[in-house]
Amino acid sequence: MEFSELIKTATVENVLLSCAGLPAVRGTLCITSHHLLLSSCPGGDVELWLLIRNVDAVEKRLTGSSGTITLRCKDLKVLQLEIPGMEECLNIASSIEALSSVDSVMMMYPFFYRPPSLKLEEGWHQFPLEQYFQQISSQTSQWRLSTVNQDFSTCPTYPPAVIVPAAVGDEALRKAARFRQGGRFPVLSYFHPKNRTVMLRSSQPLTGPNRRRCREDETLLGTILDEGERGFIIDTRSAQAAKQARMTGGGTEPKSSYPQWRRLHRPLERGRPLQESFAKLVEACSDPSLSMDRWLGRLESSRWLSHVKAALSTACLAAQCMDREEATVLVHGAEGTDTTLLVTALAQVILDPSCRTLVGFQGLLEREWIQAGHPFHLRCAHSAYSHARLKQEAPLFLLFLDCVWQLSRQFPFSLEFGERLLLSLFDNAYASAYGTFLCNNEKERSLCKVKESTHSLWAWLNRPEEQQKLLNPLYSHNALVIWPSVEPQSIQLWQGLFLRWIRPSQHLDEAWAEIQRLVEENNTPAKESTGNRLSQSLSDHTAGMENRR
Amino acid sequence: MEHIRMPKVENVRLLDRLSSRKAVLGTLYLTATHVIFVENGSETRKETWVLHSQISSIEKQATTATGCPLLIRCKNFQVIQLVIPQERDCHDIYISLIRLARPVKYEELYCFSFNPKLDKEEREQGWKLVDLNEEYNRMGVPNNYWQICDVNRDYGVCDSYPTEVYVPKSATAHIIVGSSKFRSRRRFPALSYYCKDNNASICRSSQPLSGFSARCLEDEQMLQAIRKANPGSDFIYVVDTRPKLNAMANRAAGKGYENEDNYSNIKFQFIGIENIHVMRNSLQKMLEVCELKSPSMSDFLWGLENSGWLKHIKAIMDAGIFIAKAVAEEGVSVLVHCSDGWDRTAQVCSVASLLLDPYYRTMKGFMVLIEKDWVSFGHKFNHRYGNLDGDPKEISPVIDQFIECVWQLMEQFPCAFEFNERFLIHIQHHIYSCQFGNFLCNSQKERRELKIQERTYSLWAHLWKNRADYLNPLYRSDHSQNQGTLHPQIAPCNFLYKFWSGMYNRFEKGLHPRQSVTDYLMAVKEETQQLEEELEVLGERLANLQKSQLGDNKVKSKQQDRSKQLRLSTSNNSLANTPQEYSNDLKSFPSRSPSQGDEEDSALILTQDNLKSSDPDLSANSDQESGVEDLSCRSPSGGGCLPSEDSGKDSDEAVFLAG
Repeated sequence: MEFSELIKTATVENVLLSCAGLPAVRGTLCITSHHLLLSSCPGGDVELWLLIRNVDAVEKRLTGSSGTITLRCKDLKVLQLEIPGMEECLNIASSIEALSSVDSVMMMYPFFYRPPSLKLEEGWHQFPLEQYFQQISSQTSQWRLSTVNQDFSTCPTYPPAVIVPAAVGDEALRKAARFRQGGRFPVLSYFHPKNRTVMLRSSQPLTGPNRRRCREDETLLGTILDEGERGFIIDTRSAQAAKQARMTGGGTEPKSSYPQWRRLHRPLERGRPLQESFAKLVEACSDPSLSMDRWLGRLESSRWLSHVKAALSTACLAAQCMDREEATVLVHGAEGTDTTLLVTALAQVILDPSCRTLVGFQGLLEREWIQAGHPFHLRCAHSAYSHARLKQEAPLFLLFLDCVWQLSRQFPFSLEFGERLLLSLFDNAYASAYGTFLCNNEKERSLCKVKESTHSLWAWLNRPEEQQKLLNPLYSHNALVIWPSVEPQSIQLWQGLFLRWIRPSQHLDEAWAEIQRLVEENNTPAKESTGNRLSQSLSDHTAGMENRR
Repeated sequence: MEHIRMPKVENVRLLDRLSSRKAVLGTLYLTATHVIFVENGSETRKETWVLHSQISSIEKQATTATGCPLLIRCKNFQVIQLVIPQERDCHDIYISLIRLARPVKYEELYCFSFNPKLDKEEREQGWKLVDLNEEYNRMGVPNNYWQICDVNRDYGVCDSYPTEVYVPKSATAHIIVGSSKFRSRRRFPALSYYCKDNNASICRSSQPLSGFSARCLEDEQMLQAIRKANPGSDFIYVVDTRPKLNAMANRAAGKGYENEDNYSNIKFQFIGIENIHVMRNSLQKMLEVCELKSPSMSDFLWGLENSGWLKHIKAIMDAGIFIAKAVAEEGVSVLVHCSDGWDRTAQVCSVASLLLDPYYRTMKGFMVLIEKDWVSFGHKFNHRYGNLDGDPKEISPVIDQFIECVWQLMEQFPCAFEFNERFLIHIQHHIYSCQFGNFLCNSQKERRELKIQERTYSLWAHLWKNRADYLNPLYRSDHSQNQGTLHPQIAPCNFLYKFWSGMYNRFEKGLHPRQSVTDYLMAVKEETQQLEEELEVLGERLANLQKSQLGDNKVKSKQQDRSKQLRLSTSNNSLANTPQEYSNDLKSFPSRSPSQGDEEDSALILTQDNLKSSDPDLSANSDQESGVEDLSCRSPSGGGCLPSEDSGKDSDEAVFLAG
């Protein structure tokens, strides 16, 4: 396929671009393979530089000889283009539609993006699992790094290396994998250094209607617990749903076969209901006709905040089991690639201060979302506006980012990064110049040579000048567990994301700048430079006098 | 004291709303002014004090095996649940409190016994802190258009107005008196705010007694005079802040609103704000939502919507925005009224003033604003806030709504206000507390008769003395947000109005952000300032040294002290490190042994280890923060098997915030 086949009209003159909160501009519109550009005059400023992959929905309206195209973007921005000429308008619209729905990963922009300031390999191997394993192995010898999945044959959605109980051999892992949906056998997700408890994750066991058992799986989970110790299985489905899953070959761990484990069901929404919730919320936020009452009603009926509350509560429960009950926890839902990762990742942010630093958080995303096989390509194919028939889209990653935002609001000093990082992650997960969120798992990434042919988002974000923008000026290391409140009064709409393009943010930005100024002022003045200089010269003086005596 | 049947009860339990399991045992005392609960705890003996005047309702609930529950709801939104062992004691406490919470004479109120140990002169100074004469001068009156009028010097024209009000220069005594006779309770149009940049003004009054057809020449002349006082504009707005239907209904009672045909050059406008009864019920409904036990997100949002509270807040704000816009952008004067012109009118005039004039967004200016639009113009504090026993239908959270409007603005304009949220909360508290004399009675006349200023203290002086606590660290007088008129977004903006948990759930610390940005930044700011001052001192010393060639060790030691100063107590880490009840919406919380085998598995269980079913819940062991003001909650580990060592040991580490 050639991009040129998809571009029916490459340039149109005299196009009017308008966008909420900004003055409209007129200029030349230009479509390239991956971008939509609008420049106000030849060789002049570029007013718009939009990644076409960011377009979620295209709406066209024709009036007489001209037409208006409304572009609803995945980052929730809405743009309008007034295009003279009916044919041009239709051509532009269909070109954008075609280019934005190119599904082949290797045709995507990251494979073409070559910024001069970055090297291709930079950032890709910043967070190897080996490094995480070393931290664990320095404290306990109960775990080992297994390469049973080296060639992705044991589990296609796991990375080549996983951390498993030292007592379980690779052959047993292969057998256990056959008993878990998609081969996702229980692996270590998090080691809590404070009390050496662990969190594992997996997919559902394939118990099926005949109540199948698997000795290796039982041994795997059994060996983690000492005699008399208890573990908790947090199932992210309702007891009813888990039971029904048996009809289709899935199920749960029956107590008889896993006597030391106690199961807790905490249903979390995923799949289509979650996607619809997202779409409803965004629709409510962008409806200007809402009265105060109907706004709260719409906010409620989107149920988004209920999902936030449920996700936070479940993660807190997992964290509480580990930190307070000192118990081992296994988390799974059905496939183990969605709500499971939401809970395990969130629990780590709550429990572990090292996940709350800028780099630590990136490591967590890499380990618990990207390498753990959250299917980003499928889940983030469309955002809230798309009219396309939904397939596997679901904003689980956004839900996670929202929960992290709630934590940052309740603990404004405890996260090293600010809202900007979360927004940037959301944007990049849905449309990006970087390869970090491409594909659904490590196997696909390896087949597409993502790590060889695209740049890593982390390399970009970790450049000092970028980092500076992402840091929270109020941050100070907090070694404690951060237990959030999950009462409805404490959970708020993430305005910075859902109303980013709607509410005026000037005053809030000014406030943020003022906070930065205050903190910087405190860090710079007398404290080091002048203070030291003065005391220095004071002591010089004293010394001088002593000498004289 | 004669109302106290039972001064002390032991073994009373204080319950926590968020967690039924967390209750503390202590002793309850009744004094002439307070209810005091003292915890039995060995070291801290935490105390909870509640002023009688804060009590809004007392409910005695059905006796249970553990005792007799007593529920005390306070006007500052604290809810106290006690369980008293003996029914008889509970009854005595209940009867005593009923009487104590509803004083019948002003002299029973706390402000007449409150003594902050200030001498007479200090007290007088305190009352002089806010001076309305000064304020009108600051606005720019008297001038060519406005003058002070003394027709009301003995409250002879209007007993709910102050003695001194500003009126247009062309309004003669005859016109004023004539107009007053045509207005409810004789509240004639008077100046509330004057904008010296363009001569536009905000005036206030009560509704005209127009009925279906009545006219009053003097009243028409009065409005004409207001228009003439603003030569730049050829009309004035008359804003009736009631819903149109209410205003029309008033016509049948001989009241009503201005007929545009009778008044030359007015533009009449309804802005529907509901009456005090609707507002009272709305707050009641919202508080019920706040009190729900483990509500779901939907319960909460639905309840909030059904209460209509935020809709009312927005209506008040919209009216204020309309008026501010008329004055600042159109240069048109506005006359505002509702029915009597002392509730909605006060709300709307003060919101408009706050938007228009940065001065009112300073601490001092805000005190002046309340004094001007609320206290001096006869807002009926006693009736609205139930200071003395009275008609419950008169009670309504009118000023609470204004205070919330200010908070909503603070959220939208974080750098525009000199004061912080705490300032608003403390003002709200003292409007009900009756600890200071400022808000006593229903009018200036009554306050003068009671000699309030000679017998009580002023809240403003008290707040001013502690102003360091109330500063907004982000405020800078030279900041762009603080120049001129504030322009809140009009539409779409519903989402900008948020539930104020800092006020309505303020005693439930667990619900709030666990670390305070305001306090942290204040400390940072203070430290920066100290450093700069020290630098100056050091600089001076250096200069002296160079002159006198004398060493001074003190300088050095002082420098070392400094490094220890920024141990901020800003984050409340005992709370931060306390898990909430994450499972209270579910029946079975994990216990250490599988005690309630779930139905699905029970058939398969071979080894029956579910005999033991009395395991303590996890959540009973994890410490919860208490619902009352408690900053030092160390967990008394309920089940005894879960140490919470980290809340003690590690907290030092987190309390220290790198400077």
